[in-house]
Amino acid sequence: MSETLRPRLNALEAAWVIARRDFVAVLFSRAFLFFLLGPLFPVIVGGLAGAIGGEVQREAVSVEIGLAMSEADNAAMLAAGARLAPQLGGALPSLRTVPEAAGDPAFDARAFMEARRGNYAAIVTGTLAEPGMVGTAGQLRRWKGPVALIAGHAQEAAPTAFPEVTGAVVTTSAAAERSSRIQTAQIAQMLLFLLTMLLAGMVLSNLVEEKANKIIEILAAAIPMDAVFTGKLFAMLAVSFVGIGVWGLAAWGLWTIGSEAIIASTGFDIARLPAPAVGWPLFIALGVIYFAMAYLLLGALFLTIGAMANTVREVQTLSMPVTMMQLMVFFLAAYTIKQPGSGLELAAIAFPLSSPFAMLARAAMDPNLWLHAVALAWQGLAVLALVKGGSLLFRKRVMKSGNAGRVRRGWFARSAAPAAEPAE
Amino acid sequence: MAVSEQGLAGNRVGGFSAIPVDARPLAIEAKGLVKSFDGTRAVDGVDIAVPEGAIYGILGPNGAGKTTTLRMLLGIIDPDQGVRRVFGHDRPHDIGRLIGYLPEERGLYPSMKAVEAIAFMGALRGLSLKEGRKRAGELLERHGLGHAADRQIRQLSKGMAQTVQLLGTLVHRPRLVVLDEPFSGLDAINQGKLEVMIRALADEGVTVIFSTHVIHHAERLCEGVAIIAGGRVPYAGSVEAARDRIPAQVRLETRAREGAWVAALPGDTRRNGDFFQFSLPETGVEPLLRQLIEGEAGILSLSIERAGLHDAFVAIAGEAAARQLEADTQGDRA
Repeated sequence: MSETLRPRLNALEAAWVIARRDFVAVLFSRAFLFFLLGPLFPVIVGGLAGAIGGEVQREAVSVEIGLAMSEADNAAMLAAGARLAPQLGGALPSLRTVPEAAGDPAFDARAFMEARRGNYAAIVTGTLAEPGMVGTAGQLRRWKGPVALIAGHAQEAAPTAFPEVTGAVVTTSAAAERSSRIQTAQIAQMLLFLLTMLLAGMVLSNLVEEKANKIIEILAAAIPMDAVFTGKLFAMLAVSFVGIGVWGLAAWGLWTIGSEAIIASTGFDIARLPAPAVGWPLFIALGVIYFAMAYLLLGALFLTIGAMANTVREVQTLSMPVTMMQLMVFFLAAYTIKQPGSGLELAAIAFPLSSPFAMLARAAMDPNLWLHAVALAWQGLAVLALVKGGSLLFRKRVMKSGNAGRVRRGWFARSAAPAAEPAE
Repeated sequence: MAVSEQGLAGNRVGGFSAIPVDARPLAIEAKGLVKSFDGTRAVDGVDIAVPEGAIYGILGPNGAGKTTTLRMLLGIIDPDQGVRRVFGHDRPHDIGRLIGYLPEERGLYPSMKAVEAIAFMGALRGLSLKEGRKRAGELLERHGLGHAADRQIRQLSKGMAQTVQLLGTLVHRPRLVVLDEPFSGLDAINQGKLEVMIRALADEGVTVIFSTHVIHHAERLCEGVAIIAGGRVPYAGSVEAARDRIPAQVRLETRAREGAWVAALPGDTRRNGDFFQFSLPETGVEPLLRQLIEGEAGILSLSIERAGLHDAFVAIAGEAAARQLEADTQGDRA
């Protein structure tokens, strides 16, 4: 009856068989559709509401340009802006006199902007005939034309020519740059944490389901348990990428149709997010890799728990400490953002579960790449160790009795049983 | 795991004293297997040798250590002590392609179609999905389940789902099939079908090893059995040799109830309704018959029956284990 075929699958092939089944089964399940839609519902509803009100908000809460000209010029600019607004609407910025500049001939608009005082996209200085603007390069590019238009109309009702606006780009110091990159690091860390926590739980429920289906013993008999674990981890990682892809697309769509409303209502503009030290392309690539590592690490831990638990209640009880620990390591990594090179930051990098978070923050702040290679190798080793340890624990603690021991099986039941009888 | 025991070196039926030594290589060979859980020995020094092509039963009550033994033999768990070899390999996973395993706790993915479930189990053993699906279709047709090929497992009856799982165990055409309590949960008709299937496998040269707490299945099917009780194996050998371990039983029916002739009955005589029952004396029944006739016992009937596996089990594993076995069997029926 037998045939001359290879006597067994190698570890990768075995993991692939598991991963393929799990990926397809999860992806095409109704539960996954609801899982995907879950986070999208509030976002979509919010996005639609934002898009509907976007036009109104664009005018109501448009970008504000500060005026630091003479009192008369300020008044002329405000009047011209008011005259033009009904025709041009959101194409023009809101104008507002900078109170700090009033009556201060020594007012330094550049210093004012660099000190991040006020809430202006840019400040107009000089005269109506020779206006100047202080702001970031992006803001200058955006608002030079409209400001020239307003200044021209401020000089005469029907101007035939418009003054040239000279720009002064606000430069940021190294300290200011680091300070602003912290924002990028924090946002990236938070995103990584949320995605990991949201998605890693799938691994846990997958294994519990497998145990409920009682198919786990068939898998354990056919292929090594670490191949089962590896297959499950990577299947769920792939499913996570699908989820992130869907959410990412939804977020991109939402941003496209309602960015101004989002900026207006939250004050968050992704375009103004400071560029990370390693540059955006590499930062995004590292983000994907560190997400994979964080997911695999937490997933391997959850798999071990899932292997030991028999019921949803047990899973919840056992996973709670891990979730709390993950929160703590996230806080540790977040806390060390402002302490690059400190012992605490190195500890956060060295501890496998916090390492992806700490290293992603590093990528935002520090252009050196060699540490990423070391950290990734270390995290990979930790994943391997966790998978091996989890599968060993599974073989030792779970596969320990047959029919006779069914009631006793599992972590809690084991501890509850005063003395185990010989197993079936 | 190093194999250093002398009995394992040749990988031939050698230390398997109760089955005549033959030239067949061993499919499974285990020596001194020990496994403890939480300080309690679940399996305590199990020796088993199963020649290729045999149907072999592991017989014992629930909790005796059958499943743990099978799991050790298959490499699902490792023994604390002892050695095991499957087709001469220390690590059964290395030859997973040659093994089919049906665990006691039946398990299938409820949302999978029957044909896909079988193909998936084949894929676990190295079969391509395409080939697995093809064979699954053929197997389902052959076993009268062709109409259910595209039905989800959750839509099948329990018996059909069990058949699907059994077919999944066989789809990659293994050389060794290990079945843990395969008759459990099946009705009489399906039990009969399974017996036929097991015999057919053996006819094709496949080694079949199954655990059971139902003596009749082992007695009808097995060439060899290991009787297991309390984690130990007091007997491993052929069914015939086990039955020969105890003398044939004599059942005697007489017209007279009492008389001097009663003193002539052997010492182990017990009353069983209208019958006297005792072991066949070494001298045979003729001298006893003469005494009964002279004593005017009035013989109505006398039969000599060879001991069954149940009697052998009682003699080998003890009354307590036998009672437990019967209770398990009745529990199944209930």
